[in-house]
Amino acid sequence: MTLGVVMLVHNRFERAAEMVRLWADAGCPVVVHVDSNVEAQVYDGFVKTLDDLPDVRFSKRYRCEWGTWAMVAATQDAVALLLEDFAEATHVYLASGACLPLRPVAELCTYLDRHPDTDFIESATTADVPWTVGGLDRERFTLRFPFPWKKRRLLFDRFVRLQQAVGFKRRIPEGLVPHMGSQWWCLTRQTLEAILGDPRRGLYDRYFKRVWIPDESYFQTLVRLHARRIESRSLTLSKFDFQGKPHIFFDDHRELLSRTNCFVARKIWPQASLLYRSFPRAPDPALAAAEPRTGSVDRLFSHAVDRRTLGRPGLYMQSRFPTQNRQNGFAAAPYAVLHGLDAVIPDFKTWLTRQTGATVHGRLFGKDRAHFADDSTIYRGALSDSARLRDYNPQMFLTNLIWNARDTHHCFQFGPEDHQKITTTLADDTMASIWVISGAWSVALYQSGWSASDIRTEAARLQRIEDKFLQTLRSSHARARINIMTLADFVEAPMEVLQAIIDDIAGHRGTALTDVPQMVDLTGLPSFLQDLKNQGMHPFLTGDITTQQVDQTPKSRRRKPYIVSGK
Amino acid sequence: MRARRKGRDLTSVVDNTAQIGAGDILLFCTFRNEDVRLPFFLDYYRKLGVDHFLMVDNDSSDGGRAYMAQQPDVSLWATKAAYGEARYGMDWLSYLQGRYAHGRWALTVDVDEFFVYPFCDTRPLRALADWLDASEVRSFGAMMLDMYPKGPVGETRYQKGDDPFAVANWFDPGNYTISRNPLLRNLWIQGGPRARQFFANKPKQAPALNKVPFVKWQRHYAYVSSTHMMLPRGLNLVYETQGGEKTSGVLLHAKFLNTFHDKAAEEAARGEHYAAGQEYKSYADRHGSDPDLWCAWSEKYINWRQLEVLGLMSKGNWA
Repeated sequence: MTLGVVMLVHNRFERAAEMVRLWADAGCPVVVHVDSNVEAQVYDGFVKTLDDLPDVRFSKRYRCEWGTWAMVAATQDAVALLLEDFAEATHVYLASGACLPLRPVAELCTYLDRHPDTDFIESATTADVPWTVGGLDRERFTLRFPFPWKKRRLLFDRFVRLQQAVGFKRRIPEGLVPHMGSQWWCLTRQTLEAILGDPRRGLYDRYFKRVWIPDESYFQTLVRLHARRIESRSLTLSKFDFQGKPHIFFDDHRELLSRTNCFVARKIWPQASLLYRSFPRAPDPALAAAEPRTGSVDRLFSHAVDRRTLGRPGLYMQSRFPTQNRQNGFAAAPYAVLHGLDAVIPDFKTWLTRQTGATVHGRLFGKDRAHFADDSTIYRGALSDSARLRDYNPQMFLTNLIWNARDTHHCFQFGPEDHQKITTTLADDTMASIWVISGAWSVALYQSGWSASDIRTEAARLQRIEDKFLQTLRSSHARARINIMTLADFVEAPMEVLQAIIDDIAGHRGTALTDVPQMVDLTGLPSFLQDLKNQGMHPFLTGDITTQQVDQTPKSRRRKPYIVSGK
Repeated sequence: MRARRKGRDLTSVVDNTAQIGAGDILLFCTFRNEDVRLPFFLDYYRKLGVDHFLMVDNDSSDGGRAYMAQQPDVSLWATKAAYGEARYGMDWLSYLQGRYAHGRWALTVDVDEFFVYPFCDTRPLRALADWLDASEVRSFGAMMLDMYPKGPVGETRYQKGDDPFAVANWFDPGNYTISRNPLLRNLWIQGGPRARQFFANKPKQAPALNKVPFVKWQRHYAYVSSTHMMLPRGLNLVYETQGGEKTSGVLLHAKFLNTFHDKAAEEAARGEHYAAGQEYKSYADRHGSDPDLWCAWSEKYINWRQLEVLGLMSKGNWA
C-alpha cells in the first residue's frame, strides 16, 4: 500500500517544508495546499525549497478563512489531485504544517495494512457529543452563517439569534445524517473516490457551503454514506481547550507524546526544536505494533480546562477572584465556629483538640490579636496575629488561614467580645459549621465577681452584639450549618451537644465521649441573672436557667441516646 | 499626550532600535544607580528570551550607564528629570512603548523584578507570547513576591553578577489580601513581609503587589501607577471572576539585599517614590538599622511549580 498525504499550510513555512520533506522521504506522495492569503513571494520561495522532491504537488489555492467552506474545497481539490497523479496511493492522510509524525511513517503504513478497508475518521452524531464551543451543534447544520465568526462576531451572533427567534431552519439533504469530528483524518482511496464522485455531490456541496465549520463535518458526514468500515477516531493526536483552540505542544511534552504511541500530533509549537529533533522516533520493533493511547494527554488537558473554568475552591489570588454570588463556599475546607463554648468550659480548646485531632484555634477574631491554635504570633502561611492586619480584610484572613492549612479541620472560638466584621461571611459560607450557645457571655460576667449593677451596661452591650449575630445567622441568605441553643438548653444536656460537635468535626472518626470536660461551676448563675433582671437588663438570650439545672451534685442522669437533629 | 511631552526629557545614548524585528519581545525598564544589579538582570532576561532591552537611565552616578551602553541588544536613553514627576518613570517608558512596542509583546519591569511564569524553566517568553496570542489574551498578570534572606537583610553580600535569589530565597506563602478597585477594575493586592513587618499598624498603606507587566502593546495603552494598573481598564482583567483561574505569573522581587539599606536612605531623602517615599521612610525610620523578615513559616523558593501549588500563581489552561 502507499500512503498519500494532503497537507494544508498557511504559515510557518520552514517547519511545513521540513514536514513535507519528512513525509516525502518516507515514500509518501504529498499534495500541499497553501492558503491564497500567503504572499506570492513567500509561496514561490516555499515551492522552490521543495522542487527537488519529485512526488510533491501543489494544489489550487483557496482563501481559507477559519470555519468556512474554502477549507473543504481546498481539501477536495488536493485529494482529487493526489488520487489522479499518484495511482499507487491507497490511503490519504490529511495533515497540516503544524502536524508532526511521532512514529516512523512505515509503522503507520503497517498499521493501515493491518486494518484493511478501514477509514480512520472521528465521526459522531451531533446529538451525542458536547464538544462544540459556543453552543452551536445541531444548529450548525440548520442555520445560515453569512458572517465570519472571527471578524464579525457581533453580526454573527445576532444573525444566529434572529434565525433562532423566527424559527428558521434549513432542510438537510435527504439521506444525510449530520456527523462531526476532528478535521484530521485518514481515508481510503475507495471511500474518497466515492465521496468525490457521488452523483449527488453538487447537492451536498451546495448544502455544506452554508454549514458552519464544514471542515469538521463534510467528510465526517459523507463518509457514513460510503465507507465500508469506519474507525471513529483520528490517528492525529489533537486536543482542544475550552475556547475551542487547539492545545500546543512544547519541548517539555516530549515524554508525554512518546508515551501516547500516536502516529501524528498537532499542534506543535514551531520553535519546539527538541520535539522536531526527537520525532518521529527511531523504528523500534518492540513498539512497532503498539496501539495509540491518548489517556495521559487527555488527563493533562482536561485538568488544564478544569483549572481554567473551575479553579481551586477556596483560593483567592491574583488570577482567581470569584464574586461572592458565584460560589457556594468561601473557604477551601470545612471548619467549625464555636460560639460561647469556651465561656462555659474553660479548657475547651485543649479538650476538643484531644477529642478530635482538629486544629483548634482560640479567639481567632479577638480584639487584642488573633489567637492561633499554637498561640504563636505568626501562623502557617506567615499569617500575622496582628488584629489590625486581620481586620483590614477579615474575610481574606479567614480564607488564607484555611487555604494555607486546608489539610486539617479548623475550629475556632468566637463570641460577642470579638471583632464582628466576619459574621456575614461565616453565616453565608457553606463550609462553616456554626455552634452557638447564646447568652454564654453571662458566665464570664458572673465569674468576674462584679455585682449585677456594675456590669449591667456591659451585659447589655454583649447581648446586643450577640443578638445581631443571631439575626445574621437566621437571615435567608445564611447557608452555613447552624446550631443555636440557649445557655439553658446547653446546661440541660451538655454531653449531647458536645457529642454532636465532636461527630461533626471528626466525622466517622469521632468516638463516644469518655473524657468529660470540666464545666464552670454555675451554681450562682441563676441568681446573678435574676439580679440583672432586677436591674432592668433582661438577659433573654440565656434562656431560663433554673437552680436545679446548674446543681453540680452527683450526676446520676443517664445518658440519653444521641440523636442528630438538623438546623 | 503627557508621555509625549515627557518623552522630550529623554536623550538617546545608544540607539539600537533598528535591530527590533516584527515579532520581537521587548523589555522596558528605568534604573538609577543599579550598576551592581544590571549584569544579572540582563543575563536573566536574555535567557528568558527578551529580544531587545529599552532602558532609561535616570541620572545614575555609578557605572551603570557605561555598562548598559556597551550591550549589543540594549537601546539606552538618559534623563536627569525627576522620577516622581514622570509618574515614577512611567511617562518615559510610555513614550518609548508607544513608539517601539506597538503590536509587540512588551515586558515592563524594574531592575529588581524577575519574571516567573508557568513553564518558564522549559518554555521561553516567545512560547508564552505565542500562546497568549492564540488565546486572544492581551495582558498577563504577575504579582510581585517580596523575596528576603534568612537573617538580617544588611548581612547579605550581593556582588555584581550574583543571582540575588541565591541569598534572598525566602518568601511569605499565604498572607496576601485582595480587594477590587471598582474604578479601574484591577485587583489590589497587599501583604507579604512588608505588610507584616512594616505596615501592621497601617495596613492600608502597605505597598500594592498587583502588577500587569507583560502586554501585547498598542499605541493607546498606558500604565497608570507603576505597572500596577493600566488603561484601557479592560487590560486589568487578568483575573477570573466566575471561579476559574486565569494563567498568571510572579515577579520575584529582589529588593531585600544589603543594597536595600542605602537605597532606602537615599530614596527617603529624595522623596521621589510613591506618596513622597512614605514606604521608604517607613523602612528607614523603623527598621533603618537592619530588618530580619524571616519567620518560622517563611517558605524557601524552589521553582515556579511550588508557587503554583501554593496558589500564588496559576497555570490556568496552559498545559
